[in-house]
Amino acid sequence: MAEKVLMKGNEAIAEAAIMAGCRHFFGYPITPQTEVAAYMAKRMPKMGGTYLQAESEIAAINMVYGASSAGVRAMTSSSSPGISLKSEGLSYMAGSDLPAVLVNIQRGGPGLGGIRPSQSDYFQATRSSGHGDFHMIVLAPNNVQEMFDLTVEAFELADQYRMTAMILGDGMLGQVMEPVDISRGEAASNVTKDWALTGTKGQRKRNVINSLYLEAEELEMLNLKRFEKYADVEKIARTDNYLTEDAEVIIVAYGICARIARNAINEARKKGIKAGLIRPVTLWPFPKNQLKTAAEKAKAFVVVEMSMGQMIQDVELSIRCSRPVHLCSRTGGMVPTPEAVLEAIENAAQAERS
Amino acid sequence: MEIVFQRPKALSDVSSHYCPGCTHGIIHRLVAEVLDELDLTGKTVGVAPVGCAVLAYNYFECDMAQAAHGRAPAVATGLKRANPANIVFTYQGDGDLAAIGTAETIHAAARGENITIIFVNNAIYGMTGGQMAPTTIPGQITQTSPYGRDPKYAGFPLKVCETLSTIDGTAYAERVSVDSVKNVINAKKAIKKAFEYQIAGKGFTIVEVLSTCSTNWGLEPVEALTWLRENLIPYYPLGVYKDKEVF
Repeated sequence: MAEKVLMKGNEAIAEAAIMAGCRHFFGYPITPQTEVAAYMAKRMPKMGGTYLQAESEIAAINMVYGASSAGVRAMTSSSSPGISLKSEGLSYMAGSDLPAVLVNIQRGGPGLGGIRPSQSDYFQATRSSGHGDFHMIVLAPNNVQEMFDLTVEAFELADQYRMTAMILGDGMLGQVMEPVDISRGEAASNVTKDWALTGTKGQRKRNVINSLYLEAEELEMLNLKRFEKYADVEKIARTDNYLTEDAEVIIVAYGICARIARNAINEARKKGIKAGLIRPVTLWPFPKNQLKTAAEKAKAFVVVEMSMGQMIQDVELSIRCSRPVHLCSRTGGMVPTPEAVLEAIENAAQAERS
Repeated sequence: MEIVFQRPKALSDVSSHYCPGCTHGIIHRLVAEVLDELDLTGKTVGVAPVGCAVLAYNYFECDMAQAAHGRAPAVATGLKRANPANIVFTYQGDGDLAAIGTAETIHAAARGENITIIFVNNAIYGMTGGQMAPTTIPGQITQTSPYGRDPKYAGFPLKVCETLSTIDGTAYAERVSVDSVKNVINAKKAIKKAFEYQIAGKGFTIVEVLSTCSTNWGLEPVEALTWLRENLIPYYPLGVYKDKEVF
């Protein structure tokens, strides 16, 4: 029977991680994600696990690097400025093909910015979460249940592909309270980690976790191999669609913006505008095929995001600019209103008619 | 015929990349001998730094991780917390440990993290070609202190063992040198003691080893040993700075 409990988004992430078998959490406080750490600090000792408050975000991600090297499920959580600090470790983890889950509950930026919800780390998450050629899996929940479900999934995917997986939320999702069915969490698979550093016990050759390759040819070969893996990861790309069957104006939005967009779409429908929503659940890999298919029927797209326009580039690339793509955005920690989104839908529809 | 001297089993049968006259080879050997003598190789995970010893993962016959610059104590923390039954050590140079990795080092000590750090101090950045290190002594000429390190301008060197000895979580901190047979023997004793403390779960242990850099000091190997003896040891006195069991 479904066991529903009322939880904050941040708490749902923490509980999901524990249920997914994560027993090692390394963090550093930063608003608006601190509940993840607080929850872990409370629960981990009782689960026989580790909650360790690191001296910095840099140390925290490197502790994750160490724990993941030892073959255990490990996690860290932060918010925008803290994620920037973790980018060094993320690059090293990618170079060493280490799995782990990273949470970014975004706040406004750049710099210290503010503590209000934002989606302005999209580029950082999907394009450049560190130096070098690499990607990480980026999952975007839009409610507390999904923060739970996608966290469990993130651990599975990370282990399966030996990659870091990020839960990309925002300050609003982190703080909102909703009922969550936590019975869905018991799905920890046991991927064999014969590469882990557990001590040879005199029974095998030593394992080395490393990202240094001084021979350029060797490094290129490894990068090419890693991108072959990424091509395989493309198959996990997915969306959640709402009223898209007959939609002429397609909203593309993720996270909290997608929920706001639904309200606007309902209002637009009442006014006779055929609007629908495509919500990318995976931001990397981006569901470009789904967008491409939608472009065959739709007349216009409206991207709603809390940034100066970042995901819009992926939308335009996916549909090869074959349809007009409009941006409806707020930045700096401001959240778009349903009215503003409705206006954007009306304007896009009007532009098509004229 | 009885074999009286051979390569430690914990040391790989490969040629190392270290410069002629560099004492990394001696220090590697001492660590390997200790791993052999304490029968630790099969349960040990080492962490290599960034810098001259970056390729240490090729030389120790145990599981090895290669950490980002300065982050070895954090990586070691993760390894140790994930599997406390493992013996975890880091092998770091002065730039790695005392500059970019100062926070990671001090806080691993503050947490009393049950790991062992082998800290190789040759008072210069070797891998990048001889720049000033946090441990470069006053007056020492390097590529980036071409007129000699002036503390008024470049600040003072960091005394790592002295600093860490003030931290409650530090169980053992000793500074040794490998400039002479006597000091090499003493260095091995210190390294062994550090690993024994870790086995006993006593907390954070560090052995600082004064080492040479013939290449970047611009000295012949024997001259380098003399320079170490006459310049580094007076600035960085050898001895036990912290021993939880004694004081």
